[in-house]
Order: sequence, then C-alpha cells, then structure tokens
Amino acid sequence: MSKPGSRPYLFTRTIDSFLTGLSDAFAFTVRFFKEAFLPPFHVREIINQSFEIGLKSLSLITVTGFIIGLVFTKQSRPSLEDFGATSWLPSLIGIAIIRALGPLVTALICAGKVGSSIGAEIGSMKVTEQIEAMEVSAINPFKYLVTTRVLATTLTIPILSLYCVCVGLYGSYINVHFEEATGIISFYQNAFSSVSFLDIYTSVIKSVVFGFTIGVVGCYKGYNATQGTRGVGMAANKAVIVSMFLIFLEEMVIVQVMNWFRHF
Amino acid sequence: MIKEGSHQINREESVISITGLEKSFDELEVLKGVDFTLYRGENVAVLGKSGTGKSVLIKIIVGLLKPDAGEVLVLGRQVDKLKGRELDALRLRVGFSFQSSALYDSMDVYQNLAFPLTMNKKNLTKAEVDHEVKEALDAVGLASKINEMPSDLSGGQRKRIGIARTLILKPEIILYDEPTSGLDPVTSGEINDLIREVQERYNTSSVVITHDLTCAKHTGDRVAMLLEGRFSKVGSFESVFASEDEQIKSFYNYNFTT
Ligand SMILES: Nc1ncnc2c1ncn2[C@@H]1O[C@H](COP(=O)(O)OP(=O)(O)OP(=O)(O)O)[C@@H](O)[C@H]1O
Ligand SMILES: [Mg+2]
Repeated sequence: MSKPGSRPYLFTRTIDSFLTGLSDAFAFTVRFFKEAFLPPFHVREIINQSFEIGLKSLSLITVTGFIIGLVFTKQSRPSLEDFGATSWLPSLIGIAIIRALGPLVTALICAGKVGSSIGAEIGSMKVTEQIEAMEVSAINPFKYLVTTRVLATTLTIPILSLYCVCVGLYGSYINVHFEEATGIISFYQNAFSSVSFLDIYTSVIKSVVFGFTIGVVGCYKGYNATQGTRGVGMAANKAVIVSMFLIFLEEMVIVQVMNWFRHF
Repeated sequence: MIKEGSHQINREESVISITGLEKSFDELEVLKGVDFTLYRGENVAVLGKSGTGKSVLIKIIVGLLKPDAGEVLVLGRQVDKLKGRELDALRLRVGFSFQSSALYDSMDVYQNLAFPLTMNKKNLTKAEVDHEVKEALDAVGLASKINEMPSDLSGGQRKRIGIARTLILKPEIILYDEPTSGLDPVTSGEINDLIREVQERYNTSSVVITHDLTCAKHTGDRVAMLLEGRFSKVGSFESVFASEDEQIKSFYNYNFTT
C-alpha cells in the first residue's frame, strides 16, 4: 500500500491536485450525460428547480437589465450625436444587448445567485450525510440532486436571458422615447433590423452553455464538499468564482467560433 | 433459541457475516481484521471508543465505503461486488439509522418519510403512503410532529424520526449508529425500548452501535467490543465485562462511576 509521504508526484503537489480536480470534474460531467438520458427523469423536481431558479433571480435581472439598457443608451448617445447618427442608436443597442450584454449579464447574476445557492445546498446535504442517507434508501442522489439541477439551469437561464434582453431593450427605449419621441414599435423594429438569425442563435447557444456551466460547477463543488460547515461556505464561494471564470472563457471561445462562421 | 422477549434468534442462519475485514484511510489503519456474524433475529450491540471505526464498519456493511481486504456477506450477497440495481435491492432490505439523523432538512417530517417510499415503490396510492407514514411515526411515538420541519425538532426527536424513516422501508436488518448519544437518560430509555420493540414487532436483526452501556445491555442479545480495529470480545454483556482486560474494564468503570 502506498503511503502518502512517499507517494511520488507527477509534477508538484499543487499541479497534481489541480489535474486530479480537473479529471474529477470531467468525470462528473460525463456522469451527468450518462444519467440524464436514463429513467427515472424526476420531471417534477426539474420543474420545481426551474421555478426556484427563475424566481430567485427574476427581480435582480429585471433591475439590472433595465438599468443597463437605459445607461448604455445614454452613454452611447453623445458619440453618435457627433456624427449626427442618433437614429442608429436603437440598432446599435440591439446588437450590443442581444449579442453580448443580455446573455452575459444574466449568466453573471445567476452565477452569483443560483450557483452559490446550489453549491451551498448540495454542500450542506453532503456534510450532514443527507446524500449518504439517499444512497442507503436506494435513491440515486446524483440523479435526484445533480441531474435535475443541471437540467433546470440549462433550461432556465436561456429563458432568463431572453427576458433580460427584452427588459434591457425596454430600458433603452425609455431613453430614446424621451429624447426623440420614438414609438415603441418603430424602436423595436429598428433594434432588430441589424440583428441576424445567427446573432440570435449564438446568443441562445451561449446562454445554454452558461446555464449548463453554472449548474455543473455548483453541483460539483457542493457534491465534493468536505470539512463540515466550513466546507459548505467554501463550496458556495468556489462555485461562484469558478463558474464566472468559465463563463468569460466560454464567451470568448464562442464569439471566436461564431465569427469564423460569419465569414463563410 | 428463545429469549425472555418474544423474539426468536436463529443461530443457524447468519444475515451478516464478515471475515478478515480491513480498512484504512491513507496511512490511518482503522479496521485490522474484523470477524463478525449477526444471526437472524438477533441484536448485537457494538461498543468501542470514539474513533475506533464503528461507523466505518457499518458504512462498509451498506456499501457506502469499500473494504480494502476481507469478505463482507450481507443476506448472502458480497456487498462490495454489487452495483446499481442489485445494490439498491439489497439496500432496501438493510436499514441504516445515521449517527447525525441525516434528515432531509428541506422537507418536513411527512416528506422525509414518504420520500424513500415513493421513490422506491412507484405504484403506491397517496392513501397507502399516508398510512405507512402514520404507522412508522406511531411506532416512534411522534405522530403529532408530522408537519414539522426537522430544524424545529429536538435532537432526540430527530433521532426517532430518523429511525422511523428507516422503518418505513420494512428492512430485515437495521444498523443503528449511536441511537442514544447526546440524549437524556429518559429519552435514551425510550429509544432502547423502541429498538427492542422494533426487533419484536418486525422481526428484524440489528447492529446497535453505542458508547452507552445501559443501551448495550438493554438492546443487545450479544455485545461486541471493538478495540484497536478488531472485535476483541464478543458474547453476552456479563461475559464481556467479566473480562480482566484493562481497556474493557476502564470502559465499564467510566460508564458507571462518572
Ligand atoms: N471518509 C473518511 N475519510 C477519512 N477518514 C475517515 C473517513 N471516515 C472515517 N475516517 C476515520 O476513521 C476513523 C474511525 O471513524 P468512525 O467514524 O468509524 O469512528 P467511530 O468509531 O464511529 O467514532 P464515534 O464513536 O465518535 O462515532 C476516524 O479516525 C476517522 O477520522
Ligand atoms: Mg461513529
């Protein structure tokens, strides 16, 4: 039997444990895909979780989305005015919010609100032996807790994103309306005029990926929590940090990939 | 063989049979060759100091932990070789009552009990589930708490709800992890009675882990003493504590003289 003191490290201790963590997380994600497609599906629990996620973040998304739309329009106005191009404002805002701001802001808010609460909830179930209690009653805790939550975030966050886009555009409309007395219909027509199908498609894909990331990271950190109550706090904290980091990374990658498509 | 109660012990049929069980965590050797047999209908009280691996032992019995060496047969099946459906099927026959109660704190008492039942028996009607929940709560004397949240219960009540949640699946074997720790003598006494009652009413075999000699004496048909990773003494309460072994004697003295 190998003793830890004498165990040879592949690189250094830190790099080794980082790599082990990475492969664990990968195995966790693979397990999700294996279990997600086998019955039982716990549909009711997925719906419950989706509602909870939606309700938890709705108010914050409403406020943030609205303010971002409003402020962004206000700030962009002077630079367009210099060119006498304020009539382009709606389409500029439309592109910015639909392509980038809507999905990103939603994902960041949800990483904070939803990711941390998933991490804390599953983490506390782990350290108080509730997950083992499920196992001994022949209930698959991975399936009941993890798959349902990951599916819920993956489904709900795109919807919240869409909502954020609408609210953001509305905030922008308020500004445009007071400055130029534009009607709401013509504002939205203008806003969507330069948005292509590919933009909307990309935006949805991004939200789906962000939602999946938030769910998987939150569950993974919670499911592997140790060291009692301290571990629960750490799981919640790490869930937020790691998922935010991954969201930015994914944003960059997806935008790059989609730009290649655009040039075809 | 028939004891003073109404329960019957069948010494021909073992429900748990462990030979040469070893388990370590990194460099910490916890179990170093445990041999143990539990017969049908029998209660065995497992005694031992804190940190000797009592919880580890029963977690191995339900397959929550894997043994490093040795053979663990539960109801004729080798637990560490089972997976998926087969393991689940075995776990339904083995109840596990956690040291920490481990109630689901997002669910009320009713849901805590109904959850394992509805997840495992899909075709039960609502009325049948209600009936089972009520029966299990009656068995532990807490029917009035049916709609409370676990956080609103006392430690002793949580323990009893934990036991009720174990009973609801009608297991053949029950593993109790320190059912009376941290409780006052009266509540402990009630739980001891409850363990005996369950044994008689449902005809179960049990392992009762405890530090508490009153509990061991009251609930155990036999007593097993876990010392340094092995069962050093197994037998009737009197025979184990008649031993001249220093550690066993000090265990006895601490319990009854402080
Ligand atoms: N999952 C685990 N990982 C690492 N070490 C563990 C694990 N579970 C238990 N141990 C160690 O094994 C030893 C025995 O633990 P166990 O919980 O079985 O003790 P116990 O006899 O039940 O004690 P108590 O009476 O206090 O409950 C302890 O030293 C503990 O630190
Ligand atoms: Mg223990």
